[in-house]
Amino acid sequence: MENLIWIFVSALLVNNFTLSYFLGLCPFLGVTSRLETAFRLGLANIFVMVITAICSYALNTWVLPYAPYLRLITFIIVIASSVQFVEMAVKKLSPELFKALGIFLPLITTNCAILGLALFATNKGYGFVEGIVYALGAGGGVTLALALLASIREETRLMDIPDLVKGTALNLIIAGIISMAFMGFAGLFSAT
Amino acid sequence: MSETNQIPAVSPVKEPSSFRLISALAIAGLFSGILLATTYSLTLPRIQANKEAALKNAIFAVLPGSADYIILKRSGDTLEEVRLGAGDNQNEEEIVYAGYNTMKELTGFAIPGEEPGFQDIIGVIVGYDPVLRSIIGFEVLESKETPGLGDKIFKDMDFQQNFTMLKVEPEILVVKKGQKTRDNEVEAITGATISSKAVVVLLNKSMGAWVSVIDNYMKKNDIKLAGHGAKK
Amino acid sequence: MSAEEFLKGLWKENPVFVAVLGMCPALAVTNSAINALAMGLATTFVLVSSSLLVSLFRNIIPKQVRITAYIVIIATFVTVVDFLLAAYTPVVHKELGAFIALIVVNCLILGRQEAFASKNRAGLALADALGMSFGFTFALLCIGVIREVLGNGSLFGIGVFGEGYEPWVIMILPPGGFFALGFLLLAFNGVTERRKNKAKLKDLN
Repeated sequence: MENLIWIFVSALLVNNFTLSYFLGLCPFLGVTSRLETAFRLGLANIFVMVITAICSYALNTWVLPYAPYLRLITFIIVIASSVQFVEMAVKKLSPELFKALGIFLPLITTNCAILGLALFATNKGYGFVEGIVYALGAGGGVTLALALLASIREETRLMDIPDLVKGTALNLIIAGIISMAFMGFAGLFSAT
Repeated sequence: MSETNQIPAVSPVKEPSSFRLISALAIAGLFSGILLATTYSLTLPRIQANKEAALKNAIFAVLPGSADYIILKRSGDTLEEVRLGAGDNQNEEEIVYAGYNTMKELTGFAIPGEEPGFQDIIGVIVGYDPVLRSIIGFEVLESKETPGLGDKIFKDMDFQQNFTMLKVEPEILVVKKGQKTRDNEVEAITGATISSKAVVVLLNKSMGAWVSVIDNYMKKNDIKLAGHGAKK
Repeated sequence: MSAEEFLKGLWKENPVFVAVLGMCPALAVTNSAINALAMGLATTFVLVSSSLLVSLFRNIIPKQVRITAYIVIIATFVTVVDFLLAAYTPVVHKELGAFIALIVVNCLILGRQEAFASKNRAGLALADALGMSFGFTFALLCIGVIREVLGNGSLFGIGVFGEGYEPWVIMILPPGGFFALGFLLLAFNGVTERRKNKAKLKDLN
């Protein structure tokens, strides 16, 4: 089992969920026009991911050995429920955050990053603590990617961009460059 | 006043009862469960066979001459044979394989292991000869290393040559290409130092974890290796 | 009518190039043409089966629980295709890995159930599903071919450029996915713009 620091750093930087595994692209390309919204969505993601990591570990250890074919369905149901729960909690604890996030909160359910986290963590056989650390790293990485793209996009708003490139095409190319930059993190905390 | 007597002529839309909602979902769940259980039981034999074939190929590749294998699990300070069923998780940290040739003689032990490499985890299986105290085979099972550089750990013939007779004692060392002088040294791949070092770290960890346990197992059960009939 | 439903998925409403849906698999598994094709076919199986089922039961599934019902149906077919691939094409299964399971959160599939299959009869739903799936597979293949040819010098595993070619390794790495799709979108937009302008000119004349 890899050590916890490696798990965290790998998920955050070296194998960033969004920039290396292409998970969570819908919000990445859709919600990053404002830095503030993007950042908050990232935080909500981290929270849901941690809950999902715990629940999928529990399911994988105690329930799924009896019915391995129910894996996907149970994971999805757990994620949908966690998102509902987070939605209710946010509504109660911080109504303005709830309003700011709007429709993007329920959309976390179909965010491949959350399901991806559950699948990867259980495939790798991570235990309880490893799963949580992995979720924190992965969620942090998603938030980092969201924040980076959002900041750059805010800058581009004032630039003179040809119509053809505007929109998703440009965002993808920017994302590609950020992804290239993140490749520089490879080798961090591995065999020295 | 007369307005209160006016009741709309439209009949209200009936809201489906909770029972209806739950039963709809229950039926969907039931259908799903049946389809999944059926597919699972129909495809399981093939999936198992595929897994076993892949494992067999890997073991035979690192233990030349093997025709069969048994699964051994760590048990205290020695090993015991186990038979793993369909759904069991083969936790790599606790399992090694012993290869046997056509004359039922032991060819060696195949030890899987994994370690973070340059990009992501590198998964490897090595063949170990406890009499010669050397690694006799090496196969990369999983790698996400950089194409053209790190992926040479399984593409470069020169690197593979390191593992045909690699002494594991006192420990395996990494040296620069062209500087191998001793049996326990591995020549790194130029331009892929970290991937090469990760492999060596992995091997040292594996050997540290299994060498003495394997020795105890062989002593306890008085097992001899093929071609080393007289030695213990 | 059916033909129109089928064709719209190929170009005019192509799920990847126009609606930008189903991005995750589009970039993750398109580092080679074979993987792209396999993912496209797996998604086709899931989309077609789910759409058929949803359309057949559209009047029975209560509105309040429809999303949950769709997800259960989709997840079931995804699990089925996962087992089928693991049993019959273990190599492809290993390459695609967890991304097969991730088909279930492909917004394309859930989107089609909600927008079309739940509101139309089975024949139309089938045509729509097939059109969208083929459009999706076509888009994945475009990306996969570009990435493999440039990044590995091969097509479906067969060398294309000969010995001397120095591959643009970046193309088979993650940034390559972003770039490939970005530039393809650019090209797609360019073609659509041109057609629009041509049509405008024609009208003016």
